[in-house]
Parts: sequence; structure tokens; C-alpha cells
Amino acid sequence: MSHYLDISKISIDFPTPEGPFRALDELSLRIKKGEFVSLIGHSGCGKSTVLNILAGLLQATEGGVALDGKEVNEPGPDRAVVFQNHSLLPWLTAFENVQLAVRQVFRDSMSKAEMRDWIQQNLKLVHMEHAMHKRPDELSGGMKQRVGIARALAMRPKVLLMDEPFGALDALTRAHMQDSLMEIQRDLNNTVVMITHDVDEAVLLSDRIVMMTNGPAATIGEVLNIDLPRPRNRVTLAENSDYNHFRQQVLSFLYEKQRKVVEIPREPAVDEDEAAPARGKVAGLVDRLGRRA
Amino acid sequence: MISISQQTWLQPWIKLARGERPSEQLRALAKTLLVPLAGIAAFLLLWAVAAGQINTSLGAFPGPLDVWQQGGALLEEHAAERREEEAFYERQRERNAQRQAVDPSYQPRIFPYTGSATFIDQILTSLMTVTAGFVLASLLAIPLGILIGLSHTLYRAFNPVIQLLKPVSPLAWLPLVTMVVSAVYVSQDPLVPKSFITSMVTVMLCCLWPTVINTAVGVAGVDNDLNNVSRVLRLGWLTHVRTIVLPSAMPMMFAGLRTSLGIAWMVLIAAEMLAQSPGLGKFVWDQFQNGSSDSLSRIMVAVITIGAIGFLLDRLMLAVQSLVSWDKSADLR
Repeated sequence: MSHYLDISKISIDFPTPEGPFRALDELSLRIKKGEFVSLIGHSGCGKSTVLNILAGLLQATEGGVALDGKEVNEPGPDRAVVFQNHSLLPWLTAFENVQLAVRQVFRDSMSKAEMRDWIQQNLKLVHMEHAMHKRPDELSGGMKQRVGIARALAMRPKVLLMDEPFGALDALTRAHMQDSLMEIQRDLNNTVVMITHDVDEAVLLSDRIVMMTNGPAATIGEVLNIDLPRPRNRVTLAENSDYNHFRQQVLSFLYEKQRKVVEIPREPAVDEDEAAPARGKVAGLVDRLGRRA
Repeated sequence: MISISQQTWLQPWIKLARGERPSEQLRALAKTLLVPLAGIAAFLLLWAVAAGQINTSLGAFPGPLDVWQQGGALLEEHAAERREEEAFYERQRERNAQRQAVDPSYQPRIFPYTGSATFIDQILTSLMTVTAGFVLASLLAIPLGILIGLSHTLYRAFNPVIQLLKPVSPLAWLPLVTMVVSAVYVSQDPLVPKSFITSMVTVMLCCLWPTVINTAVGVAGVDNDLNNVSRVLRLGWLTHVRTIVLPSAMPMMFAGLRTSLGIAWMVLIAAEMLAQSPGLGKFVWDQFQNGSSDSLSRIMVAVITIGAIGFLLDRLMLAVQSLVSWDKSADLR
């Protein structure tokens, strides 16, 4: 099965008062079973749009997506999504959040006891069995995201879609979560599509990195095969020349070939930091970093 | 039902009883108890002074002391009426027993007591009417709110009508409701009196809207990510509403329910007054028509009772909310 997930020439137009706005233009990508693919690009380049089309939450205007030989045209648990801000139901405990998904997917195929075991097994996988009966507001950001991942894994999806899963976490927690994800991936060998804007994360986790051009009419710029041996260790990789070469290639794509042009006022230096958020703080920072790189 | 630890005014007392830092607790007591008491005292003083200045055709406006006395008198009248009622039934039982002793084939009959409704009776009638009207309104308003909150189209369809009916005064509805109830509710042996139905329907018509609007806003404001979770899981409509929509809309819904209950209570008094249906409103009207030297004091007793019951109803809703709310840490006030 070479093409497990087949994205063929998807384009999407969003209606605006000035006519349709083409966000994505003829994006094609074929993903093998068990492959870990990262989508990287600047903010607003349409990464999340691609993921939402894969999830079935958005419909492509042209082109289509096929998963395991079947067309994708509505959301479903075979394409589980890990949302950026965990999206756990705040009134349910970690266990109940996973239970909601498990009940929905395995209603007809599992007994009550089997479901309970399966929920516990998945929470154990993400090291959350100790806080199973806590509600999201009693958990830290990283823990919430772990439960979100457990919920997605518990659906036993064909593809795991992750929308900047660690974007809202601090650097140390993020590293910890990436290690956990690699560990899980070694055991389960899921097909994963992950969106990120963290270069290190992309190189460390992926089999392939798909770099997207800036919008409007965004599409794939370059694809980079990361054939680093697994298991990967972030500390030893830091001195690995291949690893640094891959990093450099992604950085050069993002900050030289696809440099995001954001105007930052030249006048008083104080103004710059105040004005930047209004225009997209991330983009502004990216630009400044890019100029330095 | 109301957990003791949540009652902030009780906490210093509890801590004082436990002997935790007495001086601090006394200061907290001064803040939570002394200041409100001073406010009440100032109000009573102002009332007493102002009352002495106003002379009506029924004598001077009643001061706090007159009202206190009449409150006691009303309670005493209630007790007397109950004694009277008890005595009435007792006399009938005795008479029946005597007649049965003479003639064993005699079928005893008990005649119902038809004394006048006391102040306490009127309070109970009002509470029953407001509860019936409010429950009926909520049963209509919550499902309607959920439906129009979930669908933009339904919202646009219903919104103009809701906005039009929302500001209508109960006094405008009352004649229509009275006529319709008279025409529709015809029965030889009615289960509940007509006047009860009229007041209940009027209350319902006026207190529907805040719950409808707040529920709709709460439902429409469900976090989009949670809606996406529901779509990915392919939750059925009912499961979606039960597990996602209702818990997220709960705080807004209760804000609406509390406003509705407040309106229901205000509307009820006006409706009873105008429709001459039994209850506190009728009590006020009767006292006004009666025009004795005690009337104004008795009306003031009713005014204070109405306020106190309104306040208690609001607290009751708050207690229900903290009971069913998933977010126990939320600051409800």
C-alpha cells in the first residue's frame, strides 16, 4: 500500500466581499502508511486549512482527498485530530473525555469492561494514569495535551492529525512531549500529519517535512526527506551534521526563499514592539529572526 | 442544599468558634455584619423620620414600629383563623358522631370551611402561582432557546417576534389572557380556579423571554473547537446537545432563569392586583380598598414580604445553579 493518504490537487476558495480568496492552490501530496509528515510554513500560509480539509472539517473547492481508497468528505474518527489548545470538554474528567470518544467509536464492538481497559491503556500510554479522574482545569497545559493525544489515539485512527500540538507549551514541556510522542510512535507506528512552525520539532519527529509557500494561493514549496536513523535523541543529534544540514535547509526555505515581508515602522524603537501585535506578532518576530539568520 | 462553606458571612463565625486568630475574625465580622447592619439601621431611621412628616387621609404614614405591630397582628389573625377552622371541623365531627349514634344508617357529610384567606394563605397562593408560571415558562423557553441558539436560520426567524413580545407589560396581556382563559378553560368541576390559570399564563408570557434569549446566546457561544471535536467524533444530535451544548450554555442559561424568576415575581403581584385573583397582590388591593387606619401599615408589611420573598427566590436559584453547575469554582453572585 504505497499511497495510504492521497491528497490530489486540492484548492480552496473562501468567499470575501471582493470575490473569492484562493487560500490553497492545487496542493498534492501522497503519504505512506506509518509515515510521519510535518507541514511547516509561516503563519497564515494555509497549513491549518490543509489539516482541516484532511479532517473533513473544511471542503476543498477543487480536488480531493482519499484515505485508504475512500474519499474524505466529512469529519470522522478514522482521522482523529489533536487540536492546538487541547479542546477537552472542561466539565469531564480526563477519563470521561477519552470515554466519550471510545464510546462513540467502539459502541458496537467492545464491552463496558473492554472499553474501560482500553481507555486506561491509552491514558497510560501518555503517562496520565495517575490523573485519570481529574478535570482539565486541574491539569497543566502539557498534561491536558497528553489527554488530548490519548483521546485521539483511543479512536484507533487511520491517520492522526495534529494541529501545532505543542505550540502552546513552554520549551521544556514541549521537548518532553516530543520525546513522549516519539516513544508512542515507535510502539504504534501511526500515520501522522503534524502542523508545526518549530523547525527543530519538524526535523526531530518527521520522516518527511513538507514546506509550504506563503499565501495567497499557497502550495507545496519543497519536500525534505529526513532519513535520520531512529530512535532519535535530541542531545546526540545536536552535534550530528546531517541533522544540522536538514535544519539549515528548512531555515533557508523559511527565511530566505519564503521570507515573510512584514512592514515594521522604522521610527521610534519603542513603537515597534507595540505596533507589532496588531500586524501579527509572530510574523513580525519571524521576519526579524529571518533577517538575523 | 446551600453549602455552609460558601456562605461568606458565616465563615468568621465558624472560624471564631474554632478559635482561629480571634482578633482577625472579629475584624472580618465587623466588615461582614456591622456594616450591613449599620446600613439597615440608617434606612429605618430615615423611614421613621420621613413617615412622621407625611399625613394621608388614612392618618400618618406608618413608621417601622407600626409595620412591625401589624406584621404581628397578621400572624395572630392567621393563627386565629386556623383555630377557627379546626373548631369548625371538630363541631361537624361531633354532630356526625351524635347523629350516627341515633341513626346508624346516616351517611356523615363534612362541609368544607369557607373562611377568609389570611396573609399567610395569600403568600402561599402567590408562591404556588409563580412557581407554576415559572416552571411552565422554563419548560418552553429552554428548548426554544437551544433550538434557536443552534440554528442561525431559526434565530433570524424567531428574533423579531421575541424582541417585539419581550417588552410587553403584563397589564397589557392580562385582559387578553382573561378572555381567552374564560373561553377555553370551561369545566363544571375545575381542577384549579380560573384566576389561577389567568395569573399563571400572564406570568409565563412575561418571564419567558430572558431565558429564551440567554439560552440562545449561551448555546450559540459554544467554543468552536468543541464543536469540531463533536464533528470529528460524529456525535448524534442529542449526545451533542447533552454533552457539549448544555454544559457550555449552563451559566448563561441560569443568568436567564434568574432574571426570569425575578420578572415572574414582579409580574405576579401586578397581575393578582388587577385580576383580583388570590395572592399577595390581591391582599394589597383589598387593604387599599378597605381604607382602615391599619391599611397602610399592612400594605407596608406586604411590600417588605414581597421584597424578602423575591430575594429568597433569587438565592434559591443561585443555590440550584451551584448544585447543577460543573464549575464549582465559579464565583456566583
